[in-house]
Amino acid sequence: MNEGAHHAPDAPHGSLREYLIGFFLSVVLTAIPFWLVMARPLAPGPTAVLIVAFAVVQIIVHMVYFLHMNARSEGGWTMIALIFTLIVVAIALAGSMWVMHHLDTNMMPMPHEVSRQP
Amino acid sequence: MTTDTATTAGLPPRFYDLEEHDHPEGSSTMLGFWIYLMSDCLIFAILFACFAVLGGNYAAGPSPRDVFELPLVALNTAMLLFSSITYGFSMLAMRAGRPGLTRVWLAVTAAFGLAFLTIELHEFTHMISIGATPQRSAFLSAFFTLVGTHGLHVTFGVIWIVTMIVQVGRHGLIAANQRRLMCLSLFWHFLDIIWIGVFTFVYLMGMLR
Amino acid sequence: MTTPSDVSPILGKLTLAALPLDQPILVVTFIVVAILGAMLLGAITWFRQWGYLWREWLTSVDHKKIGIMYLILGTIMLLRGFADAIMMRLQQAMAFNGSEGYLPPHHYDQIFTAHGVIMIFFVGMPFVTGFMNYVVPLQIGARDVAFPFLNNFSFWMTVGGVILVMMSLFVGEFAKTGWLAYPPLSGLTYSPDVGVDYWIWALQIAGVGTTLSGINLLVTIIKMRAPGMSLMKMPIFTWTALCTNVLIVATFPVLTAVLALQGLDRYLGMNFFTSDLGGNAMMYVNLIWIWGHPEVYILILPLFGVFSEVTSTFSGKRLFGYTSMVYATVVITILSYLVWLHHFFTMGSGASVNSFFGITTMVISIPTGAKLFNWLFTMYRGRIRFELPMMWTIAFMLTFVVGGMTGVLLAVPPADFVLHNSLFLVAHFHNVIIGGVLFGSFAAINFWFPKAFGFRLDPFWGKVSFWCWVPGFWLAFMPLYILGLMGITRRMRVFDDPSLQIFFVIAGFGVAVIACGIAAMLIQFGVSILRRDRLRDTTGDPWAGRTLEWSTSSPPPEYNFAFTPVAHDLDAWYDMKQRGHERPAAGFRTIQMPRNTGAGIVLAAFSTICGFALIWHIWWLAAGSFLAVLVTAIAHTFDYDRTFRIPAETIADTEAQRARALAAAE
Repeated sequence: MNEGAHHAPDAPHGSLREYLIGFFLSVVLTAIPFWLVMARPLAPGPTAVLIVAFAVVQIIVHMVYFLHMNARSEGGWTMIALIFTLIVVAIALAGSMWVMHHLDTNMMPMPHEVSRQP
Repeated sequence: MTTDTATTAGLPPRFYDLEEHDHPEGSSTMLGFWIYLMSDCLIFAILFACFAVLGGNYAAGPSPRDVFELPLVALNTAMLLFSSITYGFSMLAMRAGRPGLTRVWLAVTAAFGLAFLTIELHEFTHMISIGATPQRSAFLSAFFTLVGTHGLHVTFGVIWIVTMIVQVGRHGLIAANQRRLMCLSLFWHFLDIIWIGVFTFVYLMGMLR
Repeated sequence: MTTPSDVSPILGKLTLAALPLDQPILVVTFIVVAILGAMLLGAITWFRQWGYLWREWLTSVDHKKIGIMYLILGTIMLLRGFADAIMMRLQQAMAFNGSEGYLPPHHYDQIFTAHGVIMIFFVGMPFVTGFMNYVVPLQIGARDVAFPFLNNFSFWMTVGGVILVMMSLFVGEFAKTGWLAYPPLSGLTYSPDVGVDYWIWALQIAGVGTTLSGINLLVTIIKMRAPGMSLMKMPIFTWTALCTNVLIVATFPVLTAVLALQGLDRYLGMNFFTSDLGGNAMMYVNLIWIWGHPEVYILILPLFGVFSEVTSTFSGKRLFGYTSMVYATVVITILSYLVWLHHFFTMGSGASVNSFFGITTMVISIPTGAKLFNWLFTMYRGRIRFELPMMWTIAFMLTFVVGGMTGVLLAVPPADFVLHNSLFLVAHFHNVIIGGVLFGSFAAINFWFPKAFGFRLDPFWGKVSFWCWVPGFWLAFMPLYILGLMGITRRMRVFDDPSLQIFFVIAGFGVAVIACGIAAMLIQFGVSILRRDRLRDTTGDPWAGRTLEWSTSSPPPEYNFAFTPVAHDLDAWYDMKQRGHERPAAGFRTIQMPRNTGAGIVLAAFSTICGFALIWHIWWLAAGSFLAVLVTAIAHTFDYDRTFRIPAETIADTEAQRARALAAAE
């Protein structure tokens, strides 16, 4: 073991420039959706689509500039793990919503559903 | 790992690695921690799924419009974003081999983390005080659990940062500490990514409902 | 039944009334357990073995010892789970013609819940994890797993779960809800007692251990393979272990989350799965099966790997269709995420959803079928040796095919509407779990036992066990298929129709035969230990093996390999033998190994205490033990010196001894 050695563990890392770009992009990508919802320049439908799009872009920005994701680190295994996780997350999220939505549609309306008081 | 060791013609095959050196300790840590983060990501996915399915069940109680305050959420988001960039600065200080500066930026990051938690706690107590308790409806249960779980992660992150400040102070930027700081970096930025999901799907989309 | 007002600040809900002194079965069990436990602890003290146990086993980070401890744990829990099975079979065989049987409802309900929970979480999982722990590093030519301390911690967390489940026998009660504790039955309204809390915390604590061990083994396989061992030269057992650990890492968090949500409902009165204030119990069913279906593949995939290794070894042939076997495993891994709804076709999601999940379920049978043909073609024209591992493998093939086909039957949604929750379903999953997981575990135990202990298991008693288990299984479960087709539902305590009794009596008889099989297996262990000198394996390679674990001595030295082997072929060890490799006799170097630590067992102990305190609402203890977990974990990170070196001379000595043993064997 290289006790006390100052050699950096072999992993991707960013430069000051990258961090600042990432920060700047994040600020912009956060501010716009907040503004869209608080000031409401658009109808709810397009607003929803836009803020989700901004979220997706911002997540990618964070992954690239803060987490320094790339397809090469650890022989590509981090990327594979990420992709696999995203697939499972997508299946669990979309599947649950699909299953539960169909269930709700097929259920008889419950009498208390409209006006249940505590 | 996957070096081609096919025997060249004439030479007897090599069946043992006679010139082996110790594997650097902790060479698997980063990958292991990344995989842990992926599993943590699934926990959040389930909480998001619950919010997606149950988030509209107000049970005649308060709805997002009644309880969310977007300026507060924006402030909170800013705290996390600042903490992200300050953590980045501490990583740069670590690369430059400056333990003192690393610790200063870590402390700043922890302070932003604490600010985030304080604002979140304020938001929670306010909601509870106006009757929007986690018990009130499935929407509020899902809300408090999802946001609270993120907050809990931030809390542990802050504890970890404090631990690292002490450990870097004691041992300096040795390889083990650098590795830990890099894992913590992954953890901290990962929480940021979760927060993007939270403010988008819980707060902003909630206000649109 | 306690209301919040009865909760004492010191002992929470825990009172003397929690001890089931009014139930003779439990009191007698408790006395027997107490006497046996006292004898065991007394013996350890008498022979002054505590120090040895603590230093060499409890705090060990050696993957081999941890693997063995997992297997011992699984075997003990198999006895407990099987005791539950006997009690259920006896009850159902008796409770006819107005007889209530001998088990009151609240006890019977706990038994079927405990049986399911124990067999899946504390028999199946420890067996599977134990095999992977023991074999994977050896097969890939590594000296330990990637995170040895974490490995020890994971094991003790599993033990923590076991302790809570076992404790529920004598302190309070276990869940009466069935093994997956569906709400609203498991909610506070209908299960106000501690049973469901025991269930939640036992699984939560064990689940943390399972997730961490999944991460550990996954990284081990990715990062620590011997030079030359590319992915497509990895032994098939390691491949199945890889896929299993992917499944563990990508599903156990779901279980953790669902248990936490259910806990929030019960502890903080939230409304995720209640029938009130917008809660939706069906969401629980949906979520828990997102974990639950991959879980059954977590259990079976490693055993598919075992069967592949056994078939190829005992047929004396390279595995037929290695590549297709790998792809089949990967396809099963991914498909297992797309079928969860077939556990609740009857919930009412409608035709489109049901057809999608019905089709995906049927599709899974294709890669599984491919595997079966691969095994058959491996045997074809092979020089088959009918040793015990091979016998279990053949029994598996015959049994599992039937279980698989009834599974495809259940995958047809209209058929499922008839068979849902019937004994047909019970027969089906026992058919695949016993025929697959248990038979596979027995094959694996007989296969790798000589590697782990240096002597083979006695074949005679092994065969007695085999010939009791296999027919016993068929006797016990075929009647349940028939009953299920007649519409009899599961988890029933008494029956009205006397014409059904004969089937339950036959099933009960089958369980008695299985009991003989288990007894024979225990005798097999005992006899083998007594006759170990005659069964000794001095070569390290008793079965003419093909993969790297057989290149070490039996048992392997602490460091596994003096020199890391280089793999040139899928069957690396067979290749080395064929091409006349020479064991290096000199030039040994010091080897760096992880140091044992007590942190894992201490952390797990505090976690278990925390779980117990939460179950009984002893808040001060819960907070205190949680704080202790945190402090211990942080304190452990201040220990930077976690390795030690084995000097080259020690290695030279060990290897010279091995060379002498090998020479003597020839």
